[in-house]
Amino acid sequence: MKIVDARNNAPQYLKESSSQTAGPYVHIGLAPGAAGFQIFDKELGWDIAGPNAKGERIRVEGVVIDGMGSPVKDVLIEVWQANAEGIYAHSEVPGEVEEGFRGWGRVITDFETGEWGFDTVKPGPVNARRKMQSGVHQRVRETHPDWLGREDETHAPMAPHLNLWIVARGINIGLNTRMYFEDEPEANAADPVLNLIEWENRRATLIAKRSERDGKTVYRFDIRLQGEGETVFFDI
Amino acid sequence: MKPAEYYQRDRRIHPPALTPDYKTSVARSPRYSLISLQGSVSETTGPVFGHNDISPIDNDLIKNYAKTGDPVGERIIVHGRVLDENARPVPNTLVEVWQANAGGRYRHKKDSYLAPIDPNFGGCGRTLTDDNGYYFFRTIKPGAYPWRNWVNNWRPAHIHVSVFGHAFCQRLITQLYFEGDPLIPICPIVHTIPDADAIDRLTAKLDMNAGVPLDSIAYRFDIVLRGRRSTMFENRLEGN
Repeated sequence: MKIVDARNNAPQYLKESSSQTAGPYVHIGLAPGAAGFQIFDKELGWDIAGPNAKGERIRVEGVVIDGMGSPVKDVLIEVWQANAEGIYAHSEVPGEVEEGFRGWGRVITDFETGEWGFDTVKPGPVNARRKMQSGVHQRVRETHPDWLGREDETHAPMAPHLNLWIVARGINIGLNTRMYFEDEPEANAADPVLNLIEWENRRATLIAKRSERDGKTVYRFDIRLQGEGETVFFDI
Repeated sequence: MKPAEYYQRDRRIHPPALTPDYKTSVARSPRYSLISLQGSVSETTGPVFGHNDISPIDNDLIKNYAKTGDPVGERIIVHGRVLDENARPVPNTLVEVWQANAGGRYRHKKDSYLAPIDPNFGGCGRTLTDDNGYYFFRTIKPGAYPWRNWVNNWRPAHIHVSVFGHAFCQRLITQLYFEGDPLIPICPIVHTIPDADAIDRLTAKLDMNAGVPLDSIAYRFDIVLRGRRSTMFENRLEGN
């Protein structure tokens, strides 16, 4: 009997390049000023929102803590966020952002203290996954709520959040997490991503604490890589 | 274009977080499992860069920090394409690189290795891929250097590579190694990657055809980012 190998018609996929740690000298490439020298006309990632962005100006700061409870002093964090109206600066997103709003930034920690921080605007809520327009999934979901009785939660807006990506020596593949805002309790309670976290007490690891300092709003977000209070990280 | 999902990351070809032979990973690796997240607009979008963000010389590490002359070392060209898992080019994406000099010394205030700094070498560069996903750098081949892991560990010659792609979920930092380097098989960082083929894909291949005779030798290094699903269940085929 001849066996037909359906894979012969399948597209030939490549494999993703494997990750490697950013190592101890990540600053040379991605923040050379911090490494101690000036080379580029413009270092990228220092201005996330730009001067024209609407919304509340905020400062976000924190420290990354390792499994020993020590601050990680050679970390690099990138942030990706929507503007105050919940729009990302990206061609696939309907709507426009303010001139100069990139929504992306990168920061490094202070070499002595491990503290990091950046200034931006508080993002607005963004839409969760789109509802499927047609096809099997849609019909199944309409007539068969999932095992928790939920209908189709894909319409739920996501609570305001920052998407964070953390690399450093000792981190073999960048860690993705999200920062939510303490003063959005209702939106957080309904957030479809926070609700994916089965352990309710772990959700709190993603919520930044709000305070005021010199008339400015500051959110504190400490990231614990390991151990007690370990921050939730995502496979996105 | 409607946002569509990216293929899930195949974590078996990436290093796990905890790799005890690479000692720093022990205290810096999460103990709980990652929470899997189907891509929303937060993950399927990402920053966009343009030629206003960088200078044309930024991809020439032989000239971009030259003070009194050219840096010392083996002049090389590193070139290749940024593709996705569907073998489609990833155009206009930012590629950033950083490396040690020919003696294995980084221009970084935290690097105290006794090999000297090269006054004409900064060790970082960046470029945007063209419409075909193609990129190139000119640089000095980096030297191996020692690091405090086991008593006598030496990193193979390598260039750190950072790539953005089109979406935050494609964000990748990796390292480029050089074909034939005998330090590759004994490096604990290389061997955080559990898959021999995956290590081979991080090894740039000597490319005599792309070199400049009597000037520079060339290495070829293609980078693959995550691919994207066709949106065939959303009433339109956007095609792989």
